[in-house]
Amino acid sequence: MKKKEPLIKNPSFQSILTSLLCIILGLLIGYIVLLLINPSGAGEAIKTILLNFLSRSSHAARMKALGNTLAKTAPLLMCALSICFCYKVGLFNIGAPGQYEAGACIGLYAAIAWHCNWAICLLLAAVAGAVVGAISGALKAYRNVNEVISGIMLNWIMLYLTNMVLSGKNVKEVASPYTIKVSGKSLIPSAGLNNLFANNRTVTIAIPLAIIFAILIWMILTKTKFGYELRATGFNKEAAKYAGMKEKQNIIVTLAIGGALAGIGAACLYLTGYQQWSTTQTSVPTMGFNGIAATFLGGLHPIGTIFASFFIQSITDGGALIDKSVYPSQISDLISSIIIYLCGFVLFFKFAINNWISKKDKGGPNVNDVPVTDAPAKSEGGEK
Amino acid sequence: MVLLLQYTIIFASVLCLVALGGCFSEHSGVINLGLEGIMVMGALGGAVTMFLLPSGTSKIVIVLATTLFAILVGMIYSCLLGVACINFKADQTLIGTAMNLLATAAATVFVKAMNTSINPDNVSSSIQYIQEKKAFLKYFGGFEFNWFMVMAVVMLVLSWFLLYKTKFGLRLMACGENPQAADSVGINVYKMRWAGVLISGFLGGLGGIVYITAGVSEWKFEMGVAGFGFLALAVMIFGQWKPTNIALAALLFGLFRALSNVYTGIPFLKAMNLPSTVYNMLPYIISIIVLAFTSKNSRAPKAEGIPYDKGQR
Repeated sequence: MKKKEPLIKNPSFQSILTSLLCIILGLLIGYIVLLLINPSGAGEAIKTILLNFLSRSSHAARMKALGNTLAKTAPLLMCALSICFCYKVGLFNIGAPGQYEAGACIGLYAAIAWHCNWAICLLLAAVAGAVVGAISGALKAYRNVNEVISGIMLNWIMLYLTNMVLSGKNVKEVASPYTIKVSGKSLIPSAGLNNLFANNRTVTIAIPLAIIFAILIWMILTKTKFGYELRATGFNKEAAKYAGMKEKQNIIVTLAIGGALAGIGAACLYLTGYQQWSTTQTSVPTMGFNGIAATFLGGLHPIGTIFASFFIQSITDGGALIDKSVYPSQISDLISSIIIYLCGFVLFFKFAINNWISKKDKGGPNVNDVPVTDAPAKSEGGEK
Repeated sequence: MVLLLQYTIIFASVLCLVALGGCFSEHSGVINLGLEGIMVMGALGGAVTMFLLPSGTSKIVIVLATTLFAILVGMIYSCLLGVACINFKADQTLIGTAMNLLATAAATVFVKAMNTSINPDNVSSSIQYIQEKKAFLKYFGGFEFNWFMVMAVVMLVLSWFLLYKTKFGLRLMACGENPQAADSVGINVYKMRWAGVLISGFLGGLGGIVYITAGVSEWKFEMGVAGFGFLALAVMIFGQWKPTNIALAALLFGLFRALSNVYTGIPFLKAMNLPSTVYNMLPYIISIIVLAFTSKNSRAPKAEGIPYDKGQR
């Protein structure tokens, strides 16, 4: 009979533990910064950031605020899934913001200029994202261009392109830099969900849709032959090639899927009417970069990403609620970026935990210990 | 035309400085995606210095102190990359991205807190330095000369000399090509990589202060440095990790960036009636196309991006 392993040796438990450690350290540093700015209200402020919607006074206001947070969690989750999926295949999809912009561009154009049905807009957004992702993929597969570099370049190209396309006279409001409000059948339907959240129209089926995508991605990666091939390509490109897998095609398909996910993410935000696109923005939307935070905080697991996305979005919204005359609301950006930074140390944390366990078990460090990693091995450098 | 020349040179100076920073870091074997963040921090250091200096300070003191503090803050910030990627072997892409996000957030928080503490009603995220900025400028007719242009040229020459003509530079490059071999002949790879990262912090911080004093007279820190760090990475790759090529690439990219600012003043370009976004996009599009054609036989350091582990063969 197999002896039951203690909980601490379970890799999933270790992932959760290290993520919590990152969060606690991030919050601690955030708290110290608040103390430095003004010690008297720091405790109150950090509480507001953490509680977010719970800090509202009435039940209706609380539900409404929760609805807003959820409405923004959906796009964040899609971006995080995009990055998570590609990372499992050994690709760092830093181009997610660019694919997100492409989705916003086509999705909004279809919704405003052509008055398409929301499902068609969503589909078009996915296709647009996939095309941008596939460009990165093709450059990597056939021209040996590192996907990180091409992704960064495409982020900026797509930002300016989107600004240009959405500045057209029948998509942009005449007097403001914002796009015309999405309305009618182009809005993603609420299907009654708005009634649960104090009649908050921005709460739509985009939220359950994003969660379904998370489960779908997890199933594809772990339960299908297709997912196995992709992960094998990520672990060792050459080995996959000699095992008869089409490694070049796999790279392109992976980034196209990642792009589609990010594109849908944009549709999940802009087609709910939560926000309009500003055609004068000069910086890449942070949604895609926050997706990186959610991915790593979620332990690189699609399901963990759901919770991590909600947490990141919740502290971001909580940051907007603190007393702005004393504390800058960017304090929550500060906390989440510290958390991303600390996520870089996750491997080390796990290594330390395992080292500590084996020391306790055998009274000495285990020489065969290697850091536990869920990330596929990085491909060799010098491939830019 | 004078305006175009002026903007081209100042933008090229920024790109050249930051790209050289990236060049040192990558030659030592560490990919520095955090250049954008280092620039923001350098800019913050310099801007705060200009803001805090008393109004009667002589020009030379303003120039030296601002530059010095920008460099210092840039170097301190680059330590975040060094600790994580060299000592703790963290993922360099992840850490670089985190540093970019962290720098913008931290700089905004710092500036807002500073503004509010001086005047409780002031919640803006910008620092005023319009008077102090004049210390850097000299006018030759219509041409606005900036002392930073000279600094960029000096740094370029120094970088070339350091990288190719000194023992240190050759050792640094060895660590980026084959760290195991470098270690076997007694070079301390960790120390060399730290040196590469710190030099990139030095040049990145300097580039940051040049950027914010170049065009505008006040700077909103929420905006970061508007992608200049990433553009500098493109310049570095376009320049194939060689200082002289980087300088030429910086001039080219600087020209495009300048065009987006002043194209309305040039009759021929105004007649084409292209939106300014096209000029903003051009540098990125060009670098993707060039990358597609040159990456097959890239001159990138062979071991960049791979954490060095003494135990590995």
